Amino acid sequence: MGKTTAQKIFAAHLIDTPAEGVSVLSLDRVFCHEITTPIAINDLVAKGKDRVFDASKIKAVIDHVTPAKDSKTAEQGKTLRDWAKRHGIKDFFDIGANGVCHAIFPEKGFVRPGFTVIMGDSHTCTHGAFCAFAAGVGSTDLEVGILKGVCTMRSPDTIRITVTGKLRDGVYAKDLILALIKMLTVNGATDKVIEFAGPVISDMSMEARMTLCNMAIEAGATCGICYPDMTTVEYLWPFIKDEFRTKEDALREYSRWLPDADAEYVRDITFDASALEPMVTFNYKPDQVRTVREMEGTPVNQIYIGSCTNGRIEDLRIAAGILKGKKISPNVRAIVSPATPKIYAQALDEGLIKIFMEAGFCVTNPTCGACLGMSNGVLAKGESCASTTNRNFNGRMGKGGMVHLMSPATAAATAIAGVITNSPLFKG
Amino acid sequence: MKNFSGKILFLDRSDINTDEIIPAKYLTELTKAALKPYCLEDLSIPGFDPKKDIEGKSVIITRANFGCGSSREHAPWVLECNDINLVIAENFARIFRQNMFNCGLMAVQMDAAVIDDMFRTFAGTDAVCSTDMEKFTFTISNGKTEKVYPFHIGAFDLELVKAGGWVDYADKKY
Repeated sequence: MGKTTAQKIFAAHLIDTPAEGVSVLSLDRVFCHEITTPIAINDLVAKGKDRVFDASKIKAVIDHVTPAKDSKTAEQGKTLRDWAKRHGIKDFFDIGANGVCHAIFPEKGFVRPGFTVIMGDSHTCTHGAFCAFAAGVGSTDLEVGILKGVCTMRSPDTIRITVTGKLRDGVYAKDLILALIKMLTVNGATDKVIEFAGPVISDMSMEARMTLCNMAIEAGATCGICYPDMTTVEYLWPFIKDEFRTKEDALREYSRWLPDADAEYVRDITFDASALEPMVTFNYKPDQVRTVREMEGTPVNQIYIGSCTNGRIEDLRIAAGILKGKKISPNVRAIVSPATPKIYAQALDEGLIKIFMEAGFCVTNPTCGACLGMSNGVLAKGESCASTTNRNFNGRMGKGGMVHLMSPATAAATAIAGVITNSPLFKG
Repeated sequence: MKNFSGKILFLDRSDINTDEIIPAKYLTELTKAALKPYCLEDLSIPGFDPKKDIEGKSVIITRANFGCGSSREHAPWVLECNDINLVIAENFARIFRQNMFNCGLMAVQMDAAVIDDMFRTFAGTDAVCSTDMEKFTFTISNGKTEKVYPFHIGAFDLELVKAGGWVDYADKKY
């Protein structure tokens, strides 16, 4: 019987099967940030095991609260910084060079097709956009990853979602993944990998594929995976050009991770995206999704454009395109956080930052802060936010606050209107 | 092995996420013990008051997809700080379940019908669960009614529970 992509990656990294259905995998990458790693570091130190399996395979960033907002977050940053230094972890990104983990690590070319990646962060599934097996884990799994370069995983079943048709103008990867989460429900893909296939995915940029895979966890999935193609190779080319003679050679090599024709799927879904409209969440679960049309006119207090879901250059271009020459409604405040310094610099060069500022946006440094209610845009009780992030849980952006998840285009249009509304790019 | 018996806290809702179990603003705490007062702080279920209802409880019985959302291991830790070492549910989010076993705690999955029966028979009463790790049974009693529910956990999960966690296990073996 043939193998799915995840099964191929598992087979290539399997080092033990401690029980039926449980695989211990070798890791190509262990990613770290300052919220979940310091406790793992402190535990290793306390156990007398302050070692790392391979400093070149560990990448670390301070991103959740940066610059530090208080003594506790300063201490978390310091723990990570000191640890990276004492173990010679060269790829450590500190203030001035730091960005949101799932934006900066791909940008640096750290993820390749066929890789195994873990991080103490649930949105690690983002890196599946590169046809890697990338999974969020807790601090204990992270600790063992750091120490031994291994992780235990239940052997995953795979759901394949083939997205057919063509996205209409003004409809994006964010709208698609919200619609898919609505279809799957919040635990419809628990313990499973999702392979995203079909022409709509092939047409997507790497940025859009990352948006898609980023939210696979919101349906419970272990990882979302896109197949490697020329778009993948083009994105990675600056980092792999010494490994391959031509781009075609690279694609041929990466294609070995494509699923076999007779691979077995627990569900094989075809989703026609032709009629898809811009989507938005209501209430407190990411599968509570409606069309923007149905939510039209819902007032919001804050707009937030950023995060590992939608803080990339493509997202900023789309939002700025809508905001150009316009002002945000006097009834709202608006924040944009470019996800990495590179994106920030690019947005400056392209004049996007000026557009945001002239429209009335506050431009913050790259950080996760607002998305999880830690800093830089926390909501007050009873307030709501039109947000390009990934979770609308009760209290997520601040106790008593409500989050409406949407695309950058919808968020920009909502900023101007002061109420949830479709972007002018969507012609209905 | 940790204690898996004691008074039961019934949480009658599906999809209880890790932000509800421990809000992100407390993730800056530097010790696990500091998390203790914030357990289930943002969970709003009619009739549930985290300030009063957690004290003295050692077992949670709940519905589907418990622990969804963030990977934060602070969720199992805050339960453990409050002496809750066992969660029984219809099913769990993957990362939360793995985090529980990695800490030597138990996340035990039971059929929806069995969970229903537990709620119907014991919710709203002072029920106590007594866990037998040799026979793999939960005996739930409230003084008036007593029922025995057999359960199953995977062989590897059991090894982690016996070893008290994944770090020492992995360091010895790999």
